[in-house]
Amino acid sequence: MVPTPSQTVGPFFAHALPYAEGPLVVPEDHPDAIELHGRVTDGAGEPVPDALLEICQPGLFGRCETGADGSYRFRTAATDGYIPLLVFGRGLLKPVWTRVYLSADAPFLAEVDPARRGTLVARKEGERSYRFDVRLQGEDETVFFAF
Amino acid sequence: MTATDRPPVPTGPSPSPSLSPSSSSPAPADPHPPHLSPGYRSTVLRAPSHPPLRPALDPEAAELLDPVYGHRPVGELDHDLTRQHAGEPIGERIIVTGRILDGRGRPVPNTLVEVWQAAATGRYAHPLDRHPAPLDPNFTGFGRCLTDAEGRYRFVTIKPGTYPWRNHPNAWRPAHIHFSVFGTAFTQRLITQMYFPGDPLFPHDPILQSVPDPRDRERLVSAFDLDVTEPEWALGYRWDVVLGATPFEEE
Repeated sequence: MVPTPSQTVGPFFAHALPYAEGPLVVPEDHPDAIELHGRVTDGAGEPVPDALLEICQPGLFGRCETGADGSYRFRTAATDGYIPLLVFGRGLLKPVWTRVYLSADAPFLAEVDPARRGTLVARKEGERSYRFDVRLQGEDETVFFAF
Repeated sequence: MTATDRPPVPTGPSPSPSLSPSSSSPAPADPHPPHLSPGYRSTVLRAPSHPPLRPALDPEAAELLDPVYGHRPVGELDHDLTRQHAGEPIGERIIVTGRILDGRGRPVPNTLVEVWQAAATGRYAHPLDRHPAPLDPNFTGFGRCLTDAEGRYRFVTIKPGTYPWRNHPNAWRPAHIHFSVFGTAFTQRLITQMYFPGDPLFPHDPILQSVPDPRDRERLVSAFDLDVTEPEWALGYRWDVVLGATPFEEE
């Protein structure tokens, strides 16, 4: 069967989809807890203040909307692999898929164009803090996936 | 008269007459809109310009995990958007029901369905909605439910109003309910919009028209159903959602 077409999440989902525990995927005292944060920007480098981000890891699911400055912040569990990240937003008729790698040594990254693979690697900012920006378009556009 | 008969708006991409329905086509066509659909202005700076990578997935791939949301239990009344406040919302009470199916037409049981929408006035209970229409204090416009063993969902709500937006001069959205559906693998995740039959705004809406094939657009339109309609109480609409296949489902 042909799947139902995607349509944009639109600008007005914040009274519906986000929930307080959404970004807090693991408890603060989880042994592998990390902070994963960053900004979503558009082709002009402007923040995207109405995006919805979701991540999915074994037994875990997180959801976070961006703030007025395009920023998001999850508390989730570190992984040796990658964290799938799905971004919905006004102006996105279908979501974009990406992957957050916490290490540049992940074997899969060797398959990605060297000029762009860095967009998939989170920058370590502290013992338990990683920064991952999503650039929807333009210079340094994040690598997106289709399955 | 069906949506198929209607010409696409000039700003949208052309329909692809070569696309075949899945019954006569080995690989299902991609029914989704392209990222860049300039008639919908917000896509211009947000559409990625590179084609997506298509990595091979093994059965253990993180994208194939079943998203869990168990920390947020679904309440018994969450499916009824007319019973979330002290009084009843103003507007035309409706029932919206249907099934969530996978790419092979099998029902998806016990999966989360979330809906949100404008009030009957066309106003969202969202702080940034500036449409000068009254807010309904008895209507938030958000509901959720889990599908039953046959993949069925059912919501009781108010028919949403149309509303203006600033995409182009005199732009109005057809009445719609936003749907968010999970499925059993993260790759099946779908957010879309359900429309109501016969809406005169269809040919003028660049969001609906961003779907290239008119037959796929038609599948975003619910059907009035007298069997779903409850006498002396509410009209019924039926709408099924088909999720994408996961890589290991395809034959």
